[in-house]
Amino acid sequence: MNLTLKVWRQKNSQSEGYFETHQLTGISPDMSFLEMFDVLNEKLVEENKEPVAFDHDCREGICGMCSMYINGRPHGPLEGVTTCQLHMRSFSDGDTIVVEPWRATAFPVIKDLVVERSSFDRIIAAGGFVSVNTGNAQDANNIPIPKDDADDAFAAAACIGCGACVAACKNASAMLFVSAKVSQLALLPQGQAERTIRAEKMVAQMDEEGFGSCTNTGACSAECPKEISLENIARLNREYLGAKLSSKSV
Amino acid sequence: MAGSSRLDAKIPSGPLEKKWSQYRSTVPLVNPANKRRIEIIVIGTGLAGASAAASLAEMGYKVKAFCFQDSPRRAHSIAAQGGINAAKNYQNDGDSVYRLFYDTIKGGDYRAREANVHRLAEVSGNIIDQCVAQGVPFAREYGGLLSNRSFGGTQVQRTFYAAGQTGQQLLLGAYSALERQIGMGTITMYNRHEMMEVVIIDGKCRGIIARNLITGELERHFGHAVLIASGGYGNVFYLSTNAMGSNVTAAWKAHKKGAFFGNPCFTQIHPTCIPVSGDHQSKLTLMSESLRNDGRIWVPKKKDDNRAPGDIPEDERDYYLERRYPAFGNLVPRDIASRAAKERCDAGYGVGTSKLAVYLDYAAAIDRYGHAEANKNNVHNPSKEDIVKWGKAVVKEKYGNLFDMYKQITGEDPYEVPMRIYPAVHYTMGGLWVDYNLMTTVPGLYALGEANFSDHGANRLGASALMQGLADGYFVIPYTIGAYLSNEIRTPAIPTTHEAFVEAEKSVADRINTLLNVKGSTSPEMFHRRLGKIMWDKCGMARNRQGLESAIQEIRALRREFWNDVRVMGEAKEFNPELDKASRVADFLELGELMCIDALNREESCGGHFREEHQTEEGEALRDDEHFTFVSAWEYIKESDWGLHKEELVYENIKIAQRSYK
Amino acid sequence: MSWLTQTLTSSIGKKVLMSLTGLFLCLFLVVHLIGNLQLFKDDGGYAFNTYAVTMTTFTPVKIISYLNYFFILFHAFWGIYLEVRNRKARNVKYNLIRNQSTWSSRNMALLGTILLVYIVVHMGDFWYKFHNEPLPYVQYTEMLSTGEVFSQVMPAGYTQDVKQVEFVNSDEGTRTVIVKDLYQTVSVAFQNFLLSFFYLLGMVAVGFHLYHGFQSAFQTLGINHPKYSPFIKAVGIWVFAFIIPAAFAAMPLYFYFKQF
Repeated sequence: MNLTLKVWRQKNSQSEGYFETHQLTGISPDMSFLEMFDVLNEKLVEENKEPVAFDHDCREGICGMCSMYINGRPHGPLEGVTTCQLHMRSFSDGDTIVVEPWRATAFPVIKDLVVERSSFDRIIAAGGFVSVNTGNAQDANNIPIPKDDADDAFAAAACIGCGACVAACKNASAMLFVSAKVSQLALLPQGQAERTIRAEKMVAQMDEEGFGSCTNTGACSAECPKEISLENIARLNREYLGAKLSSKSV
Repeated sequence: MAGSSRLDAKIPSGPLEKKWSQYRSTVPLVNPANKRRIEIIVIGTGLAGASAAASLAEMGYKVKAFCFQDSPRRAHSIAAQGGINAAKNYQNDGDSVYRLFYDTIKGGDYRAREANVHRLAEVSGNIIDQCVAQGVPFAREYGGLLSNRSFGGTQVQRTFYAAGQTGQQLLLGAYSALERQIGMGTITMYNRHEMMEVVIIDGKCRGIIARNLITGELERHFGHAVLIASGGYGNVFYLSTNAMGSNVTAAWKAHKKGAFFGNPCFTQIHPTCIPVSGDHQSKLTLMSESLRNDGRIWVPKKKDDNRAPGDIPEDERDYYLERRYPAFGNLVPRDIASRAAKERCDAGYGVGTSKLAVYLDYAAAIDRYGHAEANKNNVHNPSKEDIVKWGKAVVKEKYGNLFDMYKQITGEDPYEVPMRIYPAVHYTMGGLWVDYNLMTTVPGLYALGEANFSDHGANRLGASALMQGLADGYFVIPYTIGAYLSNEIRTPAIPTTHEAFVEAEKSVADRINTLLNVKGSTSPEMFHRRLGKIMWDKCGMARNRQGLESAIQEIRALRREFWNDVRVMGEAKEFNPELDKASRVADFLELGELMCIDALNREESCGGHFREEHQTEEGEALRDDEHFTFVSAWEYIKESDWGLHKEELVYENIKIAQRSYK
Repeated sequence: MSWLTQTLTSSIGKKVLMSLTGLFLCLFLVVHLIGNLQLFKDDGGYAFNTYAVTMTTFTPVKIISYLNYFFILFHAFWGIYLEVRNRKARNVKYNLIRNQSTWSSRNMALLGTILLVYIVVHMGDFWYKFHNEPLPYVQYTEMLSTGEVFSQVMPAGYTQDVKQVEFVNSDEGTRTVIVKDLYQTVSVAFQNFLLSFFYLLGMVAVGFHLYHGFQSAFQTLGINHPKYSPFIKAVGIWVFAFIIPAAFAAMPLYFYFKQF
């Protein structure tokens, strides 16, 4: 396959970015999208040019590190996969592919296609946990959990924190990410003790990070590589409003 | 055979089942006021690192945690699929701490330390309790209780799981505990930081030099103790199931500063991975071992059979695992399943275009589950289509994400045609040598999880890596570290202006400059690929003297070439993934040599280490217990020069036997 | 900041305000439609004109309508404020976007702005004229026994202090009502092609706005359930995005084509 690649280049967070065009020849349809980038970078090094920086690690769709906005969509044209799981057989010979970084004020560009996503960690640090110190646990089978609840909690917990939801949302909202964690813990008995304070604190941190608000367009869920459901966002709204109405913090 | 005087495993005395509980009750403590003054550095935020950092911070220590990824949640533990073992006996199938201990020792081909493994089995249940309390959504039965499945090398169901994403869920649990402490200010997190050097002052580990991967700045960090939990070194093979960033750098720096390296040649080749499809391949993808629960592995009985799998009739298929190992069948341990696949392919029975693959077939499972569903729904004369439909639905619920992953990568639908699988490098049992306290041979320097050598012997059983990582982090190091730190309460924080820090930083800066100034013509990636090929061909699934000797020469030559011809683009003081890569490859180029030396030295076959010279007539691994019941702990002397120390393994509770799964 | 302002100014709270005001306006649309359906009654505008008087004189209705004006303005300006804020959450725009969401969900602010302009024109056309301009008066005589209604335009220059003069002649068995003839104003106004067309556009905008808006309001309030959400969606799409705008759109069409 022969391809034209339009890639975003940006030296660092302070500098202006621009698009750079590269021609690639002899790309195999069996390559993954990131292996195609490996080929590009190998070529750039040969030409004594600086390779394109991009985030990637596990290359099997679970670490959440890869983050390319491909032809107008986070993680490219397929549903339910990450960039690293996208293969070149999803493109045709002669295609032009435009690759941009995630764009959000809360995800500043570090270099080229690499962005800073620590805002997600700070949201989790604000309340995305159960406060149970090591050694405090009772026997794992002491509290039966209905299978449906456990399954729903798992479906929400499958979030890989890649940020595609933010990248896809016209408002760069992080609601799908936050709602996935709030939902997981709200559905489980272990999460009940901190249920209200968790919703309050995580939303407050999300707002502080500069994400937009949710206008329920659903683009996040449509682009989520783990297909996290919009029901979680409704649940977060419920949890948050319930928390605000019932909690004793004035 | 005598052990080395330099190696004191510090195994507590007393009967095996009392060792840990007695030791835990007598190990010195650090009082809360002193804990606040003691700083601990943790390298890596996978299961071991995150759980250790969180637990130590909960206890009151000041913790600094480092990871090279953009978030601690991305450590490669996240990719573990199948499950985590624990001796809970929830299935009432006769499981016990002893049985888990025994299975692990036997699975490791009698090359692991009894006391460590027993401790691992003892705390395994606590791990499940802890994780459930954190909100880890394990799979459950309709009654609301935890579900289990079976895994290779065992005859009980003791594996807890969360679909095919168990590692992810466990890591997110540990990560949430870590983030909680970060939020409370007891842990300072340094993401996108790579540990470049350890700092030793007066024979004790006192800190590290880290590189901020965003700015390229070198930073000095003091710690009363340093915990290395940076994972395994499978990426030395270039193609492995490890993440692209997984590297040996932290462990290797520790090794070069005095920490002995234990059993470096013990690598695990996982039998069920998606085969290599071409030269462009950058990594291999594992298909969970849990697939062997229901899938049947076979090759055609005829050599070079090019028929489509569906066209090969039942009696022309060779279910070679079931044939060779009737007792365990498709669930034999990984080393055995891998070698059996290699044996069939080498003999010319491989399938697919490369002929380096075997079939993993779900047709029988789909049929079996389809009939079960029909019975459940009281349908007495189900049509064949319905059976297949129902069967597929059950398989989808159990393994859906794995099947999707396979389809995504290969473009083939595994519900319709059998999957093609082939072994690939997956895990390294070897690692930094540690004593019972998980301390390396450098005082104050610890190694946890896959980074240490301790619990799996020569072969790790499935679903035991998650168990070991979390055991080390949650339930071992928080106690054992007291033995060292209780003597450090009088040590004030050493200012990082100390000459040892200055020197260490300078050596790192010099090395970076050297790398950048070679200005050769070949990318670090190319060197990595070439190293990987040498390692896979000559120090992979099967090894022999001649191959290993030539590998050592080839690696030395490749290393020379690297330092003369590597081309590293960009600069030192910026975000520069090429430089990160070059620096890691340089370390792999040294490690590879040691692995070959160790493999050459170990004149026996055991677990994942298969020396072709040492096999039974049936092609099984042939151990030499008389001469090799020891841990090889290698001391770095200078380049290409290592000294061997032997830690004798004493089996007081288990009778060493020929490992049989027949 | 009190907990209430804190809640309402959080990203979720801000949306809740949009949701609640939006749902109120949806309810208003229903009431407004039911009232306006009187336009189709063939009684010379009797029902419609008396309904118009009730809506502007009955105190509870008046209170609700002022609340309604406030909600319209609040919903509009709060929406614009949110849109501006949301745009700031992405300081560098994408070069190429293939967004996987409905067009209307992405363009609520644009649709809302069109609706604001529409409402201003609409209020200027009828509400302002009804309240402030000397519209002609019409007298209706209703036969109490049969319900038949006869209308008679009052002479030019006729005026009265109250909005509705009403007396019953028990001898003749009739009720006589004199009110401003808004019906006539409406029917004349819609004979203008441009204005009718503008109203049609306005209704298309309402349709698209509510196609997303109605169901979105419930989602924002946390109502999303596999059992009930399909119903909410169906009501949003069929009733609010299709039937209601279509019924409103029928009014200018009716009067426009009636003239020929």
